[in-house]
This record gives sequence, structure tokens and C-alpha cells, in this order.
Amino acid sequence: MTAVSGRTDAVLVQGLRKVFGSRVAVEKLDLTIHTGEVLGLLGPNGSGKTTTIRMLCGLMTPTAGSATVVGHDVIAHPEQVRRRIGYMSQRFGLYDDLTVAENMRFYASVYGLRGEVRRRRIAEQLNELGLVERAGQLAGTMSGGWKQRLALACATAHHPAMLFLDEPTAGVDPASRRLLWQWIYGLARQGTTILVTTHYMDEAERCERLAFLSRGHLIAVGTVGEVLTQFAQPTIEDVFIELQRRDEGAVV
Amino acid sequence: MLWKEAVQLRRDRFTLAMMLGIPAMQLILFGYAIRTEVRHLPTVVLDESHTPESRALVSVLRNTGNFDITEWVSSRAELADRIEGGKASAGLVIPRDYMRDIKRGRTASAQMIVDAADPMASSAAMSGAARAGAARAAILSGADSRRSTPLEVRVRPWYNPGMRDAVYIVPGIIGVLLSLTMVLITSIAIVRERERGTLEQLIVTPIDKTSLILGKIVPFLIIGFVQMSVILVLGWLLFDIPVRGSLALLYVMGFAFIVANLGLGLLMSTLVRSQLQAMQLGFLFLLPNILLSGFMFPRSAMPAPAQWLGSALPLTYFLDVLRGVLLKGVGLDHLWQEGLILTLFAIALVTLSVIRFSKTIE
Repeated sequence: MTAVSGRTDAVLVQGLRKVFGSRVAVEKLDLTIHTGEVLGLLGPNGSGKTTTIRMLCGLMTPTAGSATVVGHDVIAHPEQVRRRIGYMSQRFGLYDDLTVAENMRFYASVYGLRGEVRRRRIAEQLNELGLVERAGQLAGTMSGGWKQRLALACATAHHPAMLFLDEPTAGVDPASRRLLWQWIYGLARQGTTILVTTHYMDEAERCERLAFLSRGHLIAVGTVGEVLTQFAQPTIEDVFIELQRRDEGAVV
Repeated sequence: MLWKEAVQLRRDRFTLAMMLGIPAMQLILFGYAIRTEVRHLPTVVLDESHTPESRALVSVLRNTGNFDITEWVSSRAELADRIEGGKASAGLVIPRDYMRDIKRGRTASAQMIVDAADPMASSAAMSGAARAGAARAAILSGADSRRSTPLEVRVRPWYNPGMRDAVYIVPGIIGVLLSLTMVLITSIAIVRERERGTLEQLIVTPIDKTSLILGKIVPFLIIGFVQMSVILVLGWLLFDIPVRGSLALLYVMGFAFIVANLGLGLLMSTLVRSQLQAMQLGFLFLLPNILLSGFMFPRSAMPAPAQWLGSALPLTYFLDVLRGVLLKGVGLDHLWQEGLILTLFAIALVTLSVIRFSKTIE
């Protein structure tokens, strides 16, 4: 963030490493995410995407390396980071036995919204995300797409400067997927920096820049065009498959 | 199917450890710590007679092995104070004219006051006193069987004159149930959030650890008070359990006790990964609480290591408070130490759980 680091980078990662026992999940990761951009983090299952996001959110402590998120060091000041980010985990993390409105109220309060401000923000989000009619429904009784809308609402209650979305559209029908991406772009237009992981290549192609992870290593970063040129492939899906093929070939 | 279960069980080290640990612990506790035959009861003596005959009675009493004479007191008030404060389980009173009565051929009468709030201790004290009295009487009367019995030891069970089981069981039940439910309810509450994935979403927010933990404690504190009140009312309605002391004092002490157990539950939640493990750990914790706290077996009869272990349990102190307030009607002057220890337990356990609770998911 400009205020603290003097840069216009929302995320600055240097030499990030994470080891679980004898397994290296993330190795020597260097990554910069510019403020206001939508960066797609791609890679096969187990390549370290979720671990990277969790470290950037302060949910896991890196084994080595440093990470600055929205101007604050994640290791030294995780609470400063938490105040200014939103996070949607792979798994639905809200309370099944609370209603839509109750979940939103709880998260708005946790993010420090009170009284009239909170009431207005919840009303606004219910409207934006089309949740008004479901405000009184128990979150656990909703289908995947609706749950993700609610999760997005809760993660953005406090207008975070940066949003981490870990496979936000997994198990979501195409119509809901399209809507979710509309909101993601809406937030980006308002200046929110977004880091999103996905296995859908059409979604990947909508990102401004892509970062490919394989076995914990960052193996390619760039705009869609740059990546296509770099690997001489017609589509991102081909790039993805090509990278995975090389990766598996490297082991044999 | 059998193969699958065996493989899964081998992977679930925690359950395996529990399955081996619980029986081992039970065996050790029952084998070494528990003595149904109660010996070494702390006993005070009020000897108003000061005669060879009164000293002989005391030494016979000591020789039964049931009693350890801990103090010679000089007044009935002192004797009452020791029993009320739980320092002594029994008190022998030998009246001034004890020796004279024996010499004149009248039946001399000593009194054994027994703290019947503790069931096993009191029955041991009663049988021991009866044996000692009979033994001394036999020596004195010698071959002369025509003579009326020269002395008797009359037993006075204080606090529970009818020697009803419910009177000492119900106050203990309050403590045991509170301890178990408070520990389980909190550890499960946290672990459930971890299992469902809601904890991950929660700790990524700026919510501070203290509010998170207080938020978990306060609702359960209220449940604890409701539970305590329900058992008290039922005990009073169904079993005629008295409340001889101050209810306010009981609730203040109960507050510290409940918070201590909630803190312990939170601490346990940082050690286990699943609700099942939390349950298992809860039951592992229940065992020493029932056996070593003095709920069923008097602590004075236990070997020293078992007593040390018992003194690490909040329930041990709360039992003294429950029996003290409900049955003995004693106040803060006798219970301040227990109150202080319970408060320290509460502060230490909650602080420790706040420190140990980490806002990460590793």
C-alpha cells in the first residue's frame, strides 16, 4: 500500500516457503500483485495454491521468507492485515444454523461495523447480491451458488482493500458462476485487489494476470497473452496441460 | 471390513491411546489410590478429663488405625471449628467426670463427633469408635461379667444425622456434573467450529483472541448456573437436601469453579482435532474427578501421590465448598482458601487457553 511501503503493490512476496513435516508445500515463492488487479493463481491440486493464500492471510506461518499484504508484514502484524482483507475459503465457512442475515450481521460486527452503519451495509449487500428474499433462510439449507454469494457478502462487509478467493466457483452452477464473476469485477473496478484460484480455464482467461504454481514452485507469471506466447499454446487450458505434462515428465 | 477397521484404528493414534490409557488409569487409580477401608482419619481430641483412663481410651482409638490424632483442642468451640473447616473428620470428646464414672461403676460416656458429610470417612469413624470403646470396656471389666459395661463411645454424626446417602451424594453430584458438562461443552464447541470449517473463516477476521474466548465462555457460564440451580432445587424437592449456609457464597464460588472448568475445556480444545477426541479426553478427565476429588472416597485415606493429583483438580475444592455451604452451613471464614484456589484456577486456566489458542489453522 502506498501509505506504508511507498509502492502500489498490494502483495509483495519474497522467498516464501512452507514445509509440512518432510513435505515442501511452497518453495522460494516470489510474487508481486499490483493494487487493483485481478490475479489468477492456477495450478493442479496440491500445487500449493491454498497454502500460499493461507500464508498471505495469516492463517499459516511461513517456514521462511517474507510477505507484505496491503502494506503490512503478515508475520509481524497479521491483525493489521486481517483488518483490510477479505477471505473466502474453499469450504463454506459460515454458520449453517444461522440465517443469511444473521451470518451477515455477525461478520459485519466482527469487522467492526456497528449500529446504523452495519444495518445499512447489510441492506446494501442483500440488495447487491440478490439475497433480500433469502435473508431469513438458514444458510445450511441453501444450494452451493447461494452459499457462495453469502460468503462473498460476509467476506466483503468491511470494504476490504484486498480479497482472497480460494476456488470461489467450485461446485457452483454456470449462472451463479457468471454472477459471482460480475461481482468480482465490480469489486476490482472499485479498486479492490483480488487473488483468485480456479480450475475453470474460462475464468482464468478473465484475469488480468496469471500465476502458475506447480509442486510449490511458481513457474510462470504474466498476462494471458504473455503466458500464451511464452508457452506457444493457443489457449490457457493448453498451457495448463502442457505445464502439468512437463512437470510430471520431470519426475519420471 | 475387519481389516479396514484395524487399519483405521492404527492410524487414529489418539483413540488407540485413549483405549489403552483409560483402562490403565482406571486400574492404577482403583488399585493404588482407592481405599474403601478408610484409615488415618484426621481426628482432634478434647480431653476434659485429663486422666490416665482418658489417655488410655485415646491410645486404644489410635491403635485401631482408623484415626490419626492431629490435634488436642481445649474447647468444644475449637473442636467444632476444626470439623466445620474440614481440618478434622472426627472429634473425640472425653468429659470431665469420665474417670470418676468408671470408678463409681457407672457407665462413663465419651462422644465421637463425626463429619457425616463425608460418607465413607464417617462410617469408618463410627465402626472404629465402637471397636475402640468395646475393646477398652473389655479390659476394664475384665473377668467381672456381672458388672454393667464401664464405658461407651457414643457417635454423633454431624450434618447428616439420618446418615442418608442422598445428603452427601447430591452436593457432590452438582460438582461432578458441572465439571463434566462445562469441560465437554466448551471443548466440543471449539472443535466443532474447527471441523466444520467455520473457525478458519472466523480467525481470518480481526476478531481478537480474548473476545473470541470470552464469547465462548459467557453463554456456557449461564448454562452452568442454570444447571447448578436445577440440581439444587431438585435435591431440595426430592431428597430434602438442606441449604444451611449462604446461597450467595455458593454462587460466587460456583462462578470461579465454572470459569475454571470452561478454561480447562478451552485448553483441551487446543489439544484435540475432532469432537470424538474431545469426548474421549473429557471422559479421561472425569475419571480422576470422581475417584480422587473426595466425591466418593475420602482423600485422607489415599496415598500421598493420589492426594497430590486430587489437589490439582478444581472439583476437590468445590466439593469442600458444596458440602461446607449446603450441609455444614459454614461461611467464608472457613472457605476463603478454597475460594482463593478456585479463583486462581479460573484465572490461570483461562489465561493459559488464551495464550495457547492460536489464530492459525496449523
